Amino acid sequence: MLKDKIAIVTGAGRGIGAAIATRLASQGAAVACVSRTEANARRSAEQVAALGARSLALAVDVADGAAAESAVGAVLKEFGRIDILVNNAGVTRDGLIMRMGDADWDAVLTTNLKGAFNFTRPAVRGMIKQRSGRIVNISSVVGLIGNAGQANYAASKAGLIGFTKAVAKEVAGRGVTCNAIAPGFITTDMTAALNEEQRSRLLGVIPLGRFGDPEDIAQAVLFLVAESGRYITGQVLTVDGGMVM
Amino acid sequence: MADKTLEERVREIIVEQLGVNAEQVTTEARFIEDLGADSLDTVELVMAFEEEFGVEVPDEDAEKLQTVGTVIEYLKDKADK
Repeated sequence: MLKDKIAIVTGAGRGIGAAIATRLASQGAAVACVSRTEANARRSAEQVAALGARSLALAVDVADGAAAESAVGAVLKEFGRIDILVNNAGVTRDGLIMRMGDADWDAVLTTNLKGAFNFTRPAVRGMIKQRSGRIVNISSVVGLIGNAGQANYAASKAGLIGFTKAVAKEVAGRGVTCNAIAPGFITTDMTAALNEEQRSRLLGVIPLGRFGDPEDIAQAVLFLVAESGRYITGQVLTVDGGMVM
Repeated sequence: MADKTLEERVREIIVEQLGVNAEQVTTEARFIEDLGADSLDTVELVMAFEEEFGVEVPDEDAEKLQTVGTVIEYLKDKADK
């Protein structure tokens, strides 16, 4: 389905990003796995290679614009082009607004929102030149409905939606699409921090009655980046078991 | 390559980037009105010139580069400095 396609997935070291990397690789795409932690980048790249796909491990902090630009350069050098960019890297620094430190705000906004900008700017140029490309930004339902204790995270994820729509309009004329996916509560290290009480309360508001699996998000990414998504741009696809309707 | 003039290189980039015929790329030709460029094309063109000639073109200069002739003059000027 994605034979000869070249993909970059940020935050590919674990959780949703790792699932996206292997899902794209399973369809034949070469995948550059970006993670801040070198060991995680390497592990995901090995999983991609184990599926018979070409892979590249890049230990990069997406918040670092210069490093992001070099990473995109490294992918172009290795594979010659970029067809798919998945901006997935994200962090949380939860806290109630009155107690939220500047550093907590900045870290979350810089990684989650500016990180997407840092990778999209250098990657989109080749897509425009080749008149094709797919960008998928991993937002969150929290960016749509908010969540107490996550003003920074919600702002960054809502920001990604505006970013997605602006970029979609800029590049549509060149055959490049840009969409966002808003996952609900997905079983990852990020949501492992929730306690039992929060967990059962959340399950009560998820019509499908379970937390999502990283694979549920990876399938949605595949849908958007494969031929199936060619007429979809500027959209937010909510993948949350029906939590937000 | 080395013996191509700056003017020839500029015209080649325009032909390639905008997909127009070489005859259309006259000195007076305006990128948007005569050569059918849109805003994204003009940004791409400026970036292509920057790469080819190893120069930086600030946005306030780029805005003034509306014809083939102005680009050639601008880049010649930069090359002399």
